[in-house]
Amino acid sequence: MTDSPRTKYMDRRGWSDIIIGAPYVWLVIFFLLPFLIVVAMSVATKTATAPPFSFGGEHPLINLQAYQRIFTDDLYLRAFLTSLANAAVAMILCLLLGYPMALALTRVSRGWRNILLMLVILPFWTSFLLRVYAWMGLMGRNSWFNGMLTDAWNFLVPVDWAVRSIPMMNTNFAVILVMVYTYLPFMILPLYASLERLDPTLDEAAMDLGSRPSQVFRDVTLPQSVPGIVAGGMLVFIPAAGELVIPTLVGNAADPMIGRVISDEFATARDWPMASAVAVALLVLMVIPTMIYTHFQGRAEGSK
Amino acid sequence: MPADAPGAGEPFLRIEGVSKVFGTFQAVKNVSLTVQKGEIFSLLGGSGCGKTTLLRMLAGFEEPTAGRIFLDGRDMAGVPPWSRPVHMMFQSYALFPHMTVEKNVAYGLKHEDMSAKDRADRVREMLELVQLTPFATRKPHQISGGQRQRVALARALARQPKLLLLDEPLAALDKKLREHTQFELMSIQQRTGVTFIVVTHDQEEAMTLSDRIAVMDKGEVRQIGSPTEIYEFPNSRFVAGFIGSINTFEARVAARDAGQLRLTLPALGAEVTARDVPHVTPGQSVTLAIRPEKIRISRDTPEGPNALRGSVKDLAYFGKDSLYRITLPSGALVQAHAVNARRGDEGARVADWDDAVWLSFDPAAAIVLAE
Repeated sequence: MTDSPRTKYMDRRGWSDIIIGAPYVWLVIFFLLPFLIVVAMSVATKTATAPPFSFGGEHPLINLQAYQRIFTDDLYLRAFLTSLANAAVAMILCLLLGYPMALALTRVSRGWRNILLMLVILPFWTSFLLRVYAWMGLMGRNSWFNGMLTDAWNFLVPVDWAVRSIPMMNTNFAVILVMVYTYLPFMILPLYASLERLDPTLDEAAMDLGSRPSQVFRDVTLPQSVPGIVAGGMLVFIPAAGELVIPTLVGNAADPMIGRVISDEFATARDWPMASAVAVALLVLMVIPTMIYTHFQGRAEGSK
Repeated sequence: MPADAPGAGEPFLRIEGVSKVFGTFQAVKNVSLTVQKGEIFSLLGGSGCGKTTLLRMLAGFEEPTAGRIFLDGRDMAGVPPWSRPVHMMFQSYALFPHMTVEKNVAYGLKHEDMSAKDRADRVREMLELVQLTPFATRKPHQISGGQRQRVALARALARQPKLLLLDEPLAALDKKLREHTQFELMSIQQRTGVTFIVVTHDQEEAMTLSDRIAVMDKGEVRQIGSPTEIYEFPNSRFVAGFIGSINTFEARVAARDAGQLRLTLPALGAEVTARDVPHVTPGQSVTLAIRPEKIRISRDTPEGPNALRGSVKDLAYFGKDSLYRITLPSGALVQAHAVNARRGDEGARVADWDDAVWLSFDPAAAIVLAE
């Protein structure tokens, strides 16, 4: 093979190693090592010392009791199911709301597109906590918002069903509502990125071959946006499943999500091994579907 | 020259006074033309001449601002693209990247009321037509550009459209493949009998492919005719200059008699004879145009009416022929093409640099444009 001019400048191994290596170093220091510590803690034994766990001594070196409890204690399984269900519903609602918005972003003029994209990102400029507190105000029994919804409800349903106010705070409904509100941009942006790349000529080609706009969407737009749907879905589902702040502030304490359980085990019960085991289980639960997807996507890319 | 193709009755496609305005820009101006069933008809013109807009109006992607389009007797106004018996082969091919070659070809057929077996048969037949059977299960990115072009053609033909629109069908192919594909397109058109409308900016492509050509400029049709008519009998300086190369001179009609015109050419300081054309009067200013290959170069004084002296300023040797640039005593430059019929070295040429030569042409070869 002859030397191409590219090799001379592109093959400076030293620099490329540093550039490629930097994120890995970051991940090892700030993700892998802490995670290994959590894994270690999860197999330790709870003690009354500080820190409140120990290895060995009168206890077994590797204590799998915490993991056992995850599968036997109803509390953990219920918390996992609540988390997965809430996250799944939030993800689906984000998709249903976000897809038309992302699609609209690709169809408007360039000037409008920038304005609308700004509006999608704008909420991030306000503190997340502040926005959750705002929702708490809106959903409270005596708020104008609740009053308006209550009036609408009472107007639409038979008199027997009339209510004084709609119970929204401290319900799963509130958790899902605030999660959808919070995570919607994380759905819209990857969807927009994948829809924006699509060639509009393909829509015309499908139309030309006899497809109505709805069929064009089903046959051409939707299948090509699957990567965006998956990316947006994971960006919403994963943080939503582990969400702590939203269920703590607006959720139902009797039906906690897994983030709340971890936090309680850690801070209130001071059972660090248990908290760690639940955290590890959550991570495994999140990583497995991601790995399956990456595997299939890698196969699809490989066949290209 | 007939504006319409020969043939009786209602033409297959009739475009009647069609205009299209985008904002303040008039892309297509009052275009009228007819196309017969089974023809290959080309819309030829430079970029921005309105040919693609006209094609998109035929496909239904744009509605005409004024005028009407009739296909097989049916007014196409308000008919959406998905209901038109018209399919298009896009310049970029627009193959669906997430579908195999087979699925691409079958795509239009799902709207046809036919059994799964018939559908599979049709797809197979189409793939055979474009010789892509072995590639049926590949994705578009796994095949070459030429193969993609054939998938696009098979996909557009699968539903047996009444009209096939081809937007710059050969532009994305390299030169060798282009020549081959040109003939393949013609043979496929003959076998299927589908009427083709080809948009192209490439005059050679239009000449070889088409039964008839409409030359467009600034949204208007300047001339419609067979390749021969367009080439040999251009109706304007624009058409004459757009198709092939040509020598043009300002001239004045000196006399008109016995089916011949005597023209004086101030730039050449000469008087020439051309075949008579209608609607000219003595004293009128006209343009005289002569194709380079119609001009003979000789060392000896030629016989016949139109003979001019000159000397060879430049010559470009192409192998099969040579292009000469001859300076006349008046300083005017004339291009002449000579076929290198005899084999030999430089000495075998009809003339060399700085040689004094005679130019001559037949009165019938001269085009007189009264425009």
